[in-house]
Amino acid sequence: MKVLVPVKRVLDYNVKPRVKADGTGVDLANVKMSMNPFDEIAVEEAIRLKEKGVVTEIVVVSIGEPKAQDTLRTALAMGADRAILVTSDTKVEPLGVAKLLKAIADEEQPSLVILGKQAIDDDNNQTGQMLAALTGWGQGTFASKVEVADGAVTVTREVDGGAETETLTLPAIVTTDLRLNEPRYASLPNIMKAKAKPLATKTAADYGVDVAPRLTTLKVEEPSKRSAGVKVASVDELVDKLKVLGVLG
Amino acid sequence: MKTLVLVEHDGHAIKDATLPTVTAAAKLGDVTLLVVGENVSGVAEAAAKIAGATKVLVADDAALAHMLAENVAPLVASAMADYDAFLVPGTTNGKNIAPRVAALLDVAMISDILSVEGADTFTRPIYAGNAIATVQTKDAKLVLSVRGTAFEKAAAEGGSATTEPVSGAADAGVSRYAGSEIATSARPELTSAKIIVSGGRALQSGENFTQLIEPLADKLGAGVGASRAAVDAGYVPNDYQVGQTGKIVAPEVYIAIGISGAIQHLAGMKDSKVIIAINKDEDAPIFQVADVGLVGDLFTILPELTSKL
Repeated sequence: MKVLVPVKRVLDYNVKPRVKADGTGVDLANVKMSMNPFDEIAVEEAIRLKEKGVVTEIVVVSIGEPKAQDTLRTALAMGADRAILVTSDTKVEPLGVAKLLKAIADEEQPSLVILGKQAIDDDNNQTGQMLAALTGWGQGTFASKVEVADGAVTVTREVDGGAETETLTLPAIVTTDLRLNEPRYASLPNIMKAKAKPLATKTAADYGVDVAPRLTTLKVEEPSKRSAGVKVASVDELVDKLKVLGVLG
Repeated sequence: MKTLVLVEHDGHAIKDATLPTVTAAAKLGDVTLLVVGENVSGVAEAAAKIAGATKVLVADDAALAHMLAENVAPLVASAMADYDAFLVPGTTNGKNIAPRVAALLDVAMISDILSVEGADTFTRPIYAGNAIATVQTKDAKLVLSVRGTAFEKAAAEGGSATTEPVSGAADAGVSRYAGSEIATSARPELTSAKIIVSGGRALQSGENFTQLIEPLADKLGAGVGASRAAVDAGYVPNDYQVGQTGKIVAPEVYIAIGISGAIQHLAGMKDSKVIIAINKDEDAPIFQVADVGLVGDLFTILPELTSKL
């Protein structure tokens, strides 16, 4: 069966974001960009399913600026088979991404779509659920375990308070949580080989999808700063502080 | 504006996360609560007492047991014909259902709102809380999830809403609940605890969590949290994780023990009223946000602290 894995190029998770002085957004000029960590986990899971013989082909997709090509090459170097890049001049919101992915799913007919649970830039946590709505497929969100058998996927989900298990008829949508797996690093030979793997470039218009934004960002600001605290030298001083703060009794 | 609020519950009792969501909805207009599940008449009765709600819609059906998104979302989407906004608590359940509803309504969703700036304008955190965006929607209907720590809780008693059944629930036939493992704890729930004692990688083992963190938490009547490192190392269950991808908390007092203070952890706790850090590395980033810091070895500090409280 075929798996579709959407991946997003985001500000590297180790970089502290800086808000632009004019309040229009976060400064992304000359900063390290990487694959969204949850998407790495999604690619890894697809590869593991292929290694188990469950999956025959892994198609990775990214939507955004042409540089998202680098992110797709990373996924190809990890072990994906082929890539689709959908370029767009404007920022595409989760609903627009979900509509494009629906169009791609109609064309590619995957049995499973594995996405990250959220992108660490917009922190939306929407795209997988929206794609599931548009396709009418079942959704296994926040997955910490995925098992495919007999035309169904059984997903253990991380929920408030513990874990929940659901069985979804294929085709289905899965979104990954951090604990699903430990993504592999691409080796140098695989990075070289990835350059020869097929990468198709399309535009949103090719799919006839309207991705015009529904939201306008009026401003982006720094969160309010905490005032500097004090350091105490001993446990006794700490206990005194706790008393002053009313934590005790 | 007429708003519909999804009631978060465990089948028996309403969860606290519902209450700040009601407060956010009341800023937009008239509040109707939606209770979905199976055998939820008790929950509906409790919901009717929440102050600020005028009506409770009750969708009680076997297909809605365990609140599978595939079955709940179409029901909500059709109920939205009579409402202008759908609000969910920012819980895993809310996050699972709301985007599916938004896509069925063909509207954008705004996640984790921190404030209501106007009928179509909201603030929300992006980049792990390192920036706050003010966003305005052009859509006719709103779908919002609410950051529970950003709004006061509505009173759980004092209201007298009328209840009304909702029919039309159906099994979409694509998903099936297969079981759950819910951790039981006598301690306060993390997202509503007034005090949280949280441990990191420096604890070195699950036993040390039990022997050092838990007695301190019990002395303070506190909830117990953890950093991702402590969860990944298996010291405590996943459900304890505080951070960008775990729980977002804002207690009165957050005590971070052996936690360095990575961006992703701070995203989950930096709105706490008072932050106390105990760490042996005086350069740990946690000290940049801590109100009170103590540099030292947690293995000597914690027993001493616990005995002196």
